Formats: sequence, C-alpha cells, structure tokens
Amino acid sequence: MSPPETSPKPSADKPQRPPAGPRKIPAPRVLPETQTYWTAADEGRLMVKRCAACGEFHHYPRDICPHCLSADTEWLPAAGTGTVYSFSTMGQGEAAYTMAFVTLDEGVTMMTNLVDCDPAAVVIGQKVRVVFKPSEGGHAVPMFTPEEASS
Amino acid sequence: MNLNGSACIVGAYEHPTRKADALSVVRLHADVAKGALADAGLSKSDIDGYFCAGDAPGLGANTVAEYLGLKLRHVDSTECGGSAPILHVAHAAEAIAAGRCNVALITLAGRPRAQMAAVQAAAKEGKSGKAPLALKPPDPDAPELAFELPYGPTTQNLYAAVAKRHMFEFGTTSEQLAWIKVAASHHAQHNPHAMLRDVVTLADVVNSPMVSDPLHRLDCCVMSDGGGALIVARPEIARELARKSGRPLVMVRGTGEAPKHGMGGKMDLTYSAAAWSGPMAFAEAGITPADIQYASLYDSFTITVLMQLEDLGFCKKGEGGRFVMDGNLISGVGRLPFNTDGGGLCNNHPANRGGVTKVIEAVRQLRGEAHPAVQVPNCHLALASGIGGALASRHTAATLILESI
Repeated sequence: MSPPETSPKPSADKPQRPPAGPRKIPAPRVLPETQTYWTAADEGRLMVKRCAACGEFHHYPRDICPHCLSADTEWLPAAGTGTVYSFSTMGQGEAAYTMAFVTLDEGVTMMTNLVDCDPAAVVIGQKVRVVFKPSEGGHAVPMFTPEEASS
Repeated sequence: MNLNGSACIVGAYEHPTRKADALSVVRLHADVAKGALADAGLSKSDIDGYFCAGDAPGLGANTVAEYLGLKLRHVDSTECGGSAPILHVAHAAEAIAAGRCNVALITLAGRPRAQMAAVQAAAKEGKSGKAPLALKPPDPDAPELAFELPYGPTTQNLYAAVAKRHMFEFGTTSEQLAWIKVAASHHAQHNPHAMLRDVVTLADVVNSPMVSDPLHRLDCCVMSDGGGALIVARPEIARELARKSGRPLVMVRGTGEAPKHGMGGKMDLTYSAAAWSGPMAFAEAGITPADIQYASLYDSFTITVLMQLEDLGFCKKGEGGRFVMDGNLISGVGRLPFNTDGGGLCNNHPANRGGVTKVIEAVRQLRGEAHPAVQVPNCHLALASGIGGALASRHTAATLILESI
C-alpha cells in the first residue's frame, strides 16, 4: 500500500508544484456546544458524549442526542483506545498523511488521522490509542497511533 | 404520491466543451438550457418550472432565471451535490403531478477545470487563488466541521476509505475495481467529446499512480467543465412532442432519494444510500433489477460504481467485484451495459458533479440515439443512479427508472 515509485507525468494542465512540507493541521472551528471537548483535548483528554435518556453514545458530540433527541446528554471521558475501521494514505513524501476512521471502545466511530506509524503496516481492526497533536493556532486535535507503536 | 407515469423527459443536452476558459458558469447554464429546449422542440416561454443545485451561481435558481429571462411558477434548488439532477427529475415529476408546473427545466454546469488552471497559473506568479474543488467554502456553522477538517478529508480519501473497507470485508481487489474503468474506456473510445478516449487495460489502471490508497489515478473520474440540461414535461405535452418528432416517449417509472450520514457514530461504510433509494424506485416502477437493460451509475470513482451495483440489487452485497469482471459492464459484451458515453471516469464530470450526464445517456439509450457501437438493442428500461456528496461521510443517493414507449 506504499505510494508507487512512478511520479505523475507533467502536463500543460498540471504544472509541477514545489514539494509540499508536512500537512498543516487546520485549527478546529469550535461551536459553543463542543467547547468542553476541545478544552479537554488541550489537556490531553478525549471526551465522548452519551445520552442520559437513552444511554447511547454518539459522535460528533452535540447537545441533542441524534438517537432519541433528548437534550439530556453528558460528557464522559473516553478510554482513549479503539480499533481501526478504515483508512487511506494520501500525498507524497513528508506531505503524506493518513485519514482514518477509528471505532472507540465506547462504540462510536470517529474521523481522525493515524500518526507516528508506518501506515503501510497498519491493518483494519488494529488496536490504536489516542495522542494529541497541535493544530495551526488552535486547540489540540485527537489522533491515533497503533498500540504496539506506543513508547 | 406515486410518480410512475406522471412525467416524461422530453429534452436532454450535454455541453460539448470540456474546458470552458472563456465561458462563465451562468453562460454554461444558459447554453445547456438552450440545447435542451432545441432538443425538445420547445421554446423558452413553455418553461414554467426551473430546477438547479449548488452549482448555479449567485442566488441560484433566481440568478439563472433572471439571466435567461424565465417567467416561472415553480422553482426547486434542492442541493445534494452531484446526484441533484437525478433527484430533480423526481421533484419535477412531483411538481407536474401536483399541478405546480407543466414543463420543467433542469440545468447543471460549471468550470472547475478552467478555474483550477487559473489558480495554478496565479500560483506560478505568486498570487493565491480560490481552490475550486470544494462544493462550497467550509461553512463555519457546520457542526461536523471541527471534527473533520483537521484530519484532511478529501473526496479521494473519503471514497478510498470505503474501498479499503470493502476489500477488507469482501476480498474485493484493485484488479476488480479496474474492470470498471476498463469498461468505461471501451465505451469512451466511441465518444468524440470524451476527455479520455484511449482504451485502457487492467494493468494500466493498477499501475497508474496511487492517489489515495487503494485508489489509483485511473480509479478516479476526470475533472471537466461543461454541463447538461433536461426538460421534464407533463405526459400530454410529451405525447404531442413525440408525435411531431417521431421519437419514443421517455417516461418516468420509478424514483427514490435518500441521504446517508455519520449516523451519530454508528458508521457502516459497507453500503451507500442507494440501498435505500434503489428499492423505492424499483417498487414504484414495479420491476426488478433484472429488468434493467442499461444503467447509468455515478462514477466519481470505480468504488462508487461497485457500491451502487450491490446496493441497487444488480448483485448481492460483497459480490460487486466478481460482477464487474470480464467486461460484464461493456455494451455488447456483458450482462449490464453501463455509462456508454464513457461516464465520469472517461467522458465528462462537469462541475465535479456527474448527475446530469447520467440521465442524458440513459435518455440517449432509450431513444436509440447512443453511439451505434454502444447502443443497447431495443433498450426500453434504463436506470440512472447518483451519489452526491462523499460516500464515507454524508451523501444523498438518487435513483431514477425510465421507460421508452
């Protein structure tokens, strides 16, 4: 699954771009109802929302439960571990990054990145744990790395 | 409201351009509107309903109506990305059945390729430009934005994640996905307007550069300018036009639409919203997938086609990879001819939205007006299916079944 050796052919349509550096992580644009999530992320804690009325977890977090529409939702600390649901690596060299979906132990699946690992060695179902990465001038962002790769 | 028999497609037109350096977005909408009117044998004053999506500039329907000088009594600008024109045919049939209009115009147009070239030229000179790939700039009020944008979701990696999960669940291979591109290229060789007319092999596809694993460059659709338009009319009007032109009626038989999203984190990427829109359309038409003689399937990527084949019931879930092998989608060769214009994979994906071209080629097939090399003999029942948005995050499927009479 590693990127191919062949480089894209230059054409009149697509001038060669200068090599890109590592992808910058855009700062999350935070709505009031998820401020708790991002404040916790800055402190290295992953939060998850659960509905006190129906008991279901959900993600992305919201005030109103998407399963039963109750407004009685609560923040809980997530275990911070999960499994890889799917992923894809895009980009070349140091600009390459891996968008992924990770299913948390709490049962919800979230979009994330797989980091601090060789994505070519990652497999669906692999256990991962949360790490936090700084964004461009904003809150820390939860990402995931293979359990085995933890130090 | 049952829409079976409620309206007909009387006009269809695809813009011949694939790079619109000197044509504005609204001009492209106008060009395709004129083309569809000429195809239908109608005039501007016959139009009393207008349908467009987010690709229309300015205030959308109103801006295009103003440019064209339309006098309307019904508008609908339902926005759901690339599947919108397919859904608009159903909405037009609803409006006609409800007496809100008699002749509905649907347009789609855009120039992302020319915009991209301009952005790249500006970048060379050190100026920055607006990226044309996104449907719209990120909306800061979108509740999902903070939980997605930091992770770099793109159209490519959101479809690639679906492909990777499909491979994991069902053993689907890159070679099987490549069969879809190979079939599209066999059709595109006969289309003088197609961007990619060379017939490609499985090796060409799987050896093309990786874009977002497991999708290679040739698993992706083209990026093109242009557009297309459709005219949907009350059956009495359509019969009169058919009498004059000697063409068959193209009747709406079945329609379905459904959005699918992150479902609060209960994610399952093994199926698309076509699993919901398809059964609605087949039930309304009173037929089964085995009755369909030609299918236009949204082909933003090869995996998009595979998912629709399974979700619409052309094969069982998980068997799409085996279904597409050995040219089974090639007209004259396989069981289910698809995208005989070359599709988005080879021909045209105007405005980064493929919906209108899907309906146009289905209409060509039902009229017997497809290229003779790809025309399905005695094609009476055709299906057009679209996926607008992104398979892995949120998308809207639209399914349309048409019959020629």
